[in-house]
Amino acid sequence: MTAGILMQLAQTLLAILLAPLLMGWTNQCRAWFQGRSAPPLTQPYRMIRKLFHKDAVIAHDASPLFRFAPYMVFACMALAAGIVPIVANDLPFSPAADAIALVGVFATARVFLALAAMDIGTSFGTLGARREMLVSFLAEPALLMVFFTTSFIAQSTQLPVIVETLAHKQFAIYPSLAFAAVAFWMVSTAENARIPVDNPTTHLELTMIHEAMILEYSARHLALIEWAVALKLFTYSALGIALFIPWGIAPAGNYGALPLAMLALVGKMAAGGLLLAFLEAISAKLRLFRVPEYLSTAFLLAVLGTLTHFLLEV
Amino acid sequence: MTLPIHLQIVNLLAALLLLISFAMLSQRRIIGLVTLFAWQGLALAVSTALVGWATGQHHLYYSAGITLILKVIVMPWIFYALVKKLDVDRDVEPMINIPTTMLIGIALVIFAFNLALPISQLAGTVTRSTLGIAMACVLLAFLMMITRSKAIPQVIGFLAMENGLFFAATSATYGMPLVVELGVALDVLVGVFVLGIFFFQIRETFDSLDLKHMEKLRER
Repeated sequence: MTAGILMQLAQTLLAILLAPLLMGWTNQCRAWFQGRSAPPLTQPYRMIRKLFHKDAVIAHDASPLFRFAPYMVFACMALAAGIVPIVANDLPFSPAADAIALVGVFATARVFLALAAMDIGTSFGTLGARREMLVSFLAEPALLMVFFTTSFIAQSTQLPVIVETLAHKQFAIYPSLAFAAVAFWMVSTAENARIPVDNPTTHLELTMIHEAMILEYSARHLALIEWAVALKLFTYSALGIALFIPWGIAPAGNYGALPLAMLALVGKMAAGGLLLAFLEAISAKLRLFRVPEYLSTAFLLAVLGTLTHFLLEV
Repeated sequence: MTLPIHLQIVNLLAALLLLISFAMLSQRRIIGLVTLFAWQGLALAVSTALVGWATGQHHLYYSAGITLILKVIVMPWIFYALVKKLDVDRDVEPMINIPTTMLIGIALVIFAFNLALPISQLAGTVTRSTLGIAMACVLLAFLMMITRSKAIPQVIGFLAMENGLFFAATSATYGMPLVVELGVALDVLVGVFVLGIFFFQIRETFDSLDLKHMEKLRER
């Protein structure tokens, strides 16, 4: 039990510490694909460090909610990183929330960020918050349907059971997972504010969604939010790995498999970041009014996954 | 799930066929449609060959070969050439907007799955569970033909429907006799040639490939 708790702490810390590295890797790959000279791999760490050393400037009209929100967002992401099986399966903290509650954790973070953006009353903040809510209310059902598809296969909404069923039982090809994986990819681009839904590098007023919400933040608050964004990308990647390519995650209580699990994690994350950067480099950002279409496609694909599960796999 | 691995791959390819059908429904550009059609043909050819290998029905190899040559290489090539020559590769809005089309598509899939369930229980083949997907592909291709007003997407919809029928035949009865399949393949090829000539005629007469113009009869 103590070993389990230690392992849990180590895994969560690992996620928090490695998250900016994944962000740096993705940015680097994207720069390569776009033919620019790439920023160093440690750029996100440097930025976070720089921001922590600055003095915070806060608007006169800001309520305590504005100061509180970055901590809340970061805490939610850290909580989510603790729940998802990243290197080891079935850790003591994972029964705290199943896949559905995990969606709720992400939603809590988003609500706080949107409220904080509206709190100071600038038009940009309100605009960003509204757009974020538009995107998220379409993305959430699709994410839930993806979880339902995998839950039907594993007969449980608990993430450790899903990983156990897919990775450590007899190997089987599940066609429904192909649909769910495509849907999950589409949803995670929307949820992580990546191209084609949002451009993480732009500050153009007509197109930004996430950046518009955090415009008023500075110093340590901004650092926490940037870190939470990186952590969210990391957690989503880990979630995708756990649901669709879980081979290599160490089974419950088997600590001998950990080095291999670490290696598998690094390999999959690197490949995932490369793929994300590649897809971002070849696609253009969608017009905001095309986003509902994009996300409804994701939702329908997830529904199709559930349907094919009943047709082909029962 | 205790199916042997090659049948699981057939199931996966069936799911891929359905996925491509949906991608076709949501595709606005004609070149994208042609590429998707080629991919659909490839998935079909591989799954047919796999079924042939799994069941020892060697005539399925020939069908897979014909599919590969005609639907993956020749027809997409003809379409690419046509699109280039006619210069029609632009975003085309379907008559019903795409989310609605997709919703109708989902309803069609549920309908097809329910329809196929009792039929597939009667069939004795190992691939019977994919019959529902084959029917869904046929219906989706039909839907695509209905919602598109341009000539080339309609023809691609027609060919995608033929793909679905072919897959249905494979999954329900291990394919049709080779003579029938050869006949159908030849028909489709000739059809594409004839329709290709038609495209030029239509554009010559109406200055556009929009088939709405053909709904009105004109006396000269």
